[in-house]
Amino acid sequence: MRFPQALIPTPLRRPPAPGEKAPGDGGGPIERAKDAPADVIGWVDERTGATGFLTGMLYRKVPKGTNWFYTLGSATLFAFTIQAITGVFLAMYYTPSPTEAYDSVTHLTNDVWMGEFVRGMHKWGATVMIIVIFLHMGRVFFFGAYKYPRELNWVIGVVLLILTLVMGLTGYLLPFDQRSYWATVVANNITGTGPVVGPYLADFLRAGPEVGGTTIQRFYAIHMLLVPGLIIALIGAHLYLVVKLGTTAPPWLRAETKPKSLRREEV
Amino acid sequence: MTRRRAFSVAVQALGGVAGAAVVLPAVGFALAPVLDEEEVLWEPVGAPDDFTADSYKPIVFTIVEDIGETGKTTGYVRRGSPDLGEDPDEFVAVSTRCAHAGCPVRFVEAAGNFICPCHGGVYDFQGKVIGGPPVRPLDRFQTRVQGGQVEVGPRYSVTSQLEPVRARDPGEFTGGIWEYIYPPRPSVPPPP
Repeated sequence: MRFPQALIPTPLRRPPAPGEKAPGDGGGPIERAKDAPADVIGWVDERTGATGFLTGMLYRKVPKGTNWFYTLGSATLFAFTIQAITGVFLAMYYTPSPTEAYDSVTHLTNDVWMGEFVRGMHKWGATVMIIVIFLHMGRVFFFGAYKYPRELNWVIGVVLLILTLVMGLTGYLLPFDQRSYWATVVANNITGTGPVVGPYLADFLRAGPEVGGTTIQRFYAIHMLLVPGLIIALIGAHLYLVVKLGTTAPPWLRAETKPKSLRREEV
Repeated sequence: MTRRRAFSVAVQALGGVAGAAVVLPAVGFALAPVLDEEEVLWEPVGAPDDFTADSYKPIVFTIVEDIGETGKTTGYVRRGSPDLGEDPDEFVAVSTRCAHAGCPVRFVEAAGNFICPCHGGVYDFQGKVIGGPPVRPLDRFQTRVQGGQVEVGPRYSVTSQLEPVRARDPGEFTGGIWEYIYPPRPSVPPPP
């Protein structure tokens, strides 16, 4: 099978060797079958224009000195994807009712095939995501990658951090065991200590003056629908800005201010 | 005012009305619990003879209905003590929610104190703070005697002089200017 040439930017395509047929140049049925993936991609591309976008994303230039620290952002996205996928499977078995939540989680952990594994992935994935998002934030900060013109990207990143913490808070209540219940009581009480609006904010979060039946359903709706939607939208904006503005070189390389030569490199 | 401008304004106003018709009920739906008045519950917890004036007896009762075990909470009840200037026919029901962050406190007989395991808050026999981070005395529940049973009612908070105020969450100071910084909410019943 030939790799579809449409996915490689034009300047990087390898010209056919002497004697080798150029793609799509005919030949026997086996030759033509080898072009099948390229044909399928070509069909989609003619109707969407997607390969231009994909090559722009996958073949974009990165500065000299790009190192392993730059993978932390993708690591966070990967952790979020794992959370989303395991979350979907957990949601198939979970009941967000104060009388049935704990039993549904026990049933999922003990009776469902691989249930303990999926729940464990989700639980530890949450910790992994928090750790990696902080490492990513630290990397961006110490590399000065928040400066002009990337300030908006930093702001979006901070909002994403806050949304991630909200996901942690709302998700913590859902198993509804003793630890979840009391941790949520304490978190709501801390919210209540804010001046003037604190008591009302705590009431709004808890749906009433006590953690009750509506609280767990409110937290479930926030955890499943509201915040993931916001996170996905903001990740889209965050990635768009990263691709559009490009990444910066590490600070130890950027110290050189005199350009080595004025000749522009053409690829 | 041209015809064009008049139409533009009218359509925008109509659009605003349509948008409000969708958004306002949704916002109201989310905010309703803040303004809802909770139904006042009175729960029987025992006969008047079960309680003495010099020690607390633990009780378990329902505080939120229809959610089974999760709606129950604990408390401590005693008779009013004449030594403290209380009426012996009245009962004092103290909440186990620590006023610092909300952990359940435990009454220690030997010391006559309530001790919170989470951060070391200590309250005296009446519930006033004698040590640790709590910001106000322990909350109380209204009590009454009806049908031969002591009944426990809605929760209320107290100032450091044990004056009743509307129920607050743990961590909120009471009394004086704090009544304005942490305003009372319509979702809790008024104190006695």
